[in-house]
Amino acid sequence: MSEFLQHIVNGVSVGTNYALIALGYTMVYGVLKLINFAHGDVYMVGAFAGYFIAHAIGVAAEGYEPSLFNTALVFVGSMGVCALLGYLIERLAYRPLRDRPRLTSLITAIGISFLLEYGFQLPAWAGLPIEFPPGPSPRFFPELFPRTVWLEVWDVAFSNYDVIALGTALALMLALQFIVYRTKFGVAMRAVSFDPNSAALMGIPVDRVISITFALGSALAGAAALLMAISHPRIDPLMGMMPGLKAFVAAVFGGIGSVPGAMVGGILLGLSEEMVAGYALSSFRDAIAFAILIGVLLVRPEGLFGRRTSEKV
Amino acid sequence: MRALRSLAPFLLGAPVFWLVQCYAPPTLAIVLLMAGVNVILAVSLNMVNGFTGQFSLGHAGFMAIGAYTTAKITLALGDPAGGVPPWLWSNGVFLLALLAGMGLSALMGLMVGVPSLRLRGDYLAIVTLGFNEIIRVLIENVRWLGGATGISGVPPYTTLVWVGLAALATVVTAQRLLCSTHGRAMLSVREDEVAAEAMGVDTVGYKVRAFALSAAFAGLGGGLLGHYILLVTPKSFTFVKSIEVVVMVVLGGMGSISGATLAAVLLTGALELMRGLDQYRMVMYSLLLVVLMLARPTGLFGTREIWEFWGAKKKKAAA
Amino acid sequence: MKKTLSALLAAALLSSPAAAQDPILIGVIGSLTGAEATYGLSTRHGVELAIEELNSKGGLKGRMFAAKVYDDQGKPEEAATATTRLVSQDKVAIVLGEVASSRSLAMAPIAEANKVPMITPSSTNPRVTKDGGKVRQWVFRVCFIDPFQGTVMAKWARESLKLERVAILRDVGNDYSMGLSDFFTAKFKELGGTILADESYKAGDQDFKAQLTSLKGKKPQAIYTPGYYTDVALIARQARELNMNMPLLGGDGWDSSKLYEIGGSALDGYYFSNHYSTDDPSPAIQNFIKTYKAKYKETPDALAALAYDAMLITADAMGRATAPTGEPLRKAIAATKGFKGVTGVITLDADHNAVKPAVILKITGKKPGYAGTIKP
Repeated sequence: MSEFLQHIVNGVSVGTNYALIALGYTMVYGVLKLINFAHGDVYMVGAFAGYFIAHAIGVAAEGYEPSLFNTALVFVGSMGVCALLGYLIERLAYRPLRDRPRLTSLITAIGISFLLEYGFQLPAWAGLPIEFPPGPSPRFFPELFPRTVWLEVWDVAFSNYDVIALGTALALMLALQFIVYRTKFGVAMRAVSFDPNSAALMGIPVDRVISITFALGSALAGAAALLMAISHPRIDPLMGMMPGLKAFVAAVFGGIGSVPGAMVGGILLGLSEEMVAGYALSSFRDAIAFAILIGVLLVRPEGLFGRRTSEKV
Repeated sequence: MRALRSLAPFLLGAPVFWLVQCYAPPTLAIVLLMAGVNVILAVSLNMVNGFTGQFSLGHAGFMAIGAYTTAKITLALGDPAGGVPPWLWSNGVFLLALLAGMGLSALMGLMVGVPSLRLRGDYLAIVTLGFNEIIRVLIENVRWLGGATGISGVPPYTTLVWVGLAALATVVTAQRLLCSTHGRAMLSVREDEVAAEAMGVDTVGYKVRAFALSAAFAGLGGGLLGHYILLVTPKSFTFVKSIEVVVMVVLGGMGSISGATLAAVLLTGALELMRGLDQYRMVMYSLLLVVLMLARPTGLFGTREIWEFWGAKKKKAAA
Repeated sequence: MKKTLSALLAAALLSSPAAAQDPILIGVIGSLTGAEATYGLSTRHGVELAIEELNSKGGLKGRMFAAKVYDDQGKPEEAATATTRLVSQDKVAIVLGEVASSRSLAMAPIAEANKVPMITPSSTNPRVTKDGGKVRQWVFRVCFIDPFQGTVMAKWARESLKLERVAILRDVGNDYSMGLSDFFTAKFKELGGTILADESYKAGDQDFKAQLTSLKGKKPQAIYTPGYYTDVALIARQARELNMNMPLLGGDGWDSSKLYEIGGSALDGYYFSNHYSTDDPSPAIQNFIKTYKAKYKETPDALAALAYDAMLITADAMGRATAPTGEPLRKAIAATKGFKGVTGVITLDADHNAVKPAVILKITGKKPGYAGTIKP
């Protein structure tokens, strides 16, 4: 029993992370119908931004007293860096190609993804105040606040890390849901998603809506990266590759374009991976995510929460 | 006469490749060899991504199937039997093994294609990518296939002549396919699937056929690659490899055979020329991708072929 | 004639005769980009540090060494192409590399065919130097092979730690980890122990709790985890978070300052096998650690130490050979005996493998300490 419960806790904690990254995918895809291949790398940049900020404000120093202010500073800073990066990527690499076939933007997306991955693996440049680029070796993400066990049932620990991560993810999801369905900006976003040309004719600033969507989605990736880095304090330039891919699977699983879908898809993916690795064959863990995806798509191509759209002629 | 015409490229190509193999400096020869393998991969992927407009991201998975099948067969039939001269035996076995590898890849292509080609666009992309990863993970878990290390001691059968002829065969097949009824049907799927369906084109059928054919040639590329690096390992067939091939196709122009060929050769050459840049090489490569795509969003040639540009110029001049 | 004369003149005029001579080119292949870039970088640093030291002592009889480094992105086909380029175009005297056996296996046939010696600093798969029962004449290594290191830890666990029930957690995509696990399992069973479970993970994973939780249920006395430090550090942390107090056991892939930085106090009481101990007072080791730290601002890992030794053995063999290339060099390397390197006293056996004792280290207070030696 305790083992099963532990697996559930682990699965939800991994799934939360997929869910947070998947939220970003789903937003961008919902508006632009573009797989933002660089999203996983924005996630990576978020982790490194947090790392550099934390070092700058002395989190890594000896005798650091955890404070809510500093933690918030790291989060806000890193999400800001990600939002800016997302905005720039959209502006420079996607917007010029928006009227072209979507495959072309996919290649620039791959190009940007490679650029971030390999760029961060370069040796550090001299003359910068921080050690940037960080190079390929993994880094230790400094402890923003210590891990404490809040509740222990049957030898299963519920730590503050797990609870905070899940709580943040849920809060962000609700906030996103609110933005999409209850604000003026959300209406504009949905209009652009539905039909960008008509939206433009209705006076909606399509470019600005898309820019803000990118910035929002990327900021979410930054938050996801920090939550991950706090509980798994190893960051490296390729850390976004697999989670990025799996989060996309999660988004498709839940129904791409749907905010609750991304959340549920992420957690279900995390749980199923956990169960396979824990009870069956751990060496097939990576294959499982994709096997599930293929199964779901064949039975229900629009995903769990997606709406079936009929092709118009 | 017709048979002679279709054989002509091979009869002309073989001595050229042989001369290059004998007289080119080894480094150039190897870059040409790698470029040839990439041409096979890019042109074959073009049959799916370019002709039918479907987006496959699982090419490396089919390469893996071809590579493992070919290597297993050549290893099993290593020593000449029945007084056959060794050169004839090795080349004969290699041909047989490559054909078997192509066959099995095609079969796998069918198995993957039939269920997944009902999906479209990005969904298909992510499903094919998923199959690629599943194939790789399965291979990694099978002891008989060498697990994570892979199969070493593969005989050195791949030569420039083999690669050159195989690349020619791929290009010729693609070109002839494009000019056939089947090819036209595939193009109609790309241009407008709904319209094609309404005209009575069996869209799913053509997509599956293109997929299987493309998988077969991916298997050929994999088999040749394995017998050149003398090692078949799961590390060569990750989804990153698939992405590299997609990049070549899109860069060359979706559906353009000469574009895919040229992009494959140019990218291979450029990467080799930049080898001295160490870590900066891949940064330059990714920058190159972004800049090229921004400058020429339809790829080098768009959907056209290189010779059509000359034709267009002449027509303009005449007008 | 004129040319030789002017060369002679130049040699006479210049204070150092080396200036008139081309340097000896050492080809290095490593993964400088990609998922395994951190290991490739360590290898490169090790070789370059050795070359710098050798050159400051006057090189090889006045002739300097120079490294030609190529990146293979962690891909076997790239490693093969780069090797061809090194031997046929750059005409290097020797090729040093790779870390991963899958890439060394792609390089070895090319070195063999072109008759250029190759030393792999850290590829542990037996097939790198001996393929199909035949020793590759031109390929050598300075590290342990999987059978040796796997059995070393099995012996230690069974005989010194008196363990009976052990579980295994291996990196399924890494041939090194697979090899060590296999030989550990065989030896441990032979010595009368039981392997309770065999789970796997994949390098780069962030979460290992699924596997650890199911291992915890089996109640092993220790878990053999022969992976790289990049993953082991996280595994250690997560094991402690799951209240698992049994020690983890590992191999030389653990040896890196990053392990202690990321794993922290979670690593206390863990054991791993290695080539040397940083406590070892021998001046060669202490000097290496000091200069490496000064140059690259981090403690060297096992891969850097092995690469350093590979370069020193190359220089040593070149000094003994009649010519620093080709057949004389190959013979000299093969005859390496009792070479005192950082990673132990190295003798190359008939299979071109390094024969040297392994050291068992125990981690306490974020530092590895000497716990014992196991001879081959």
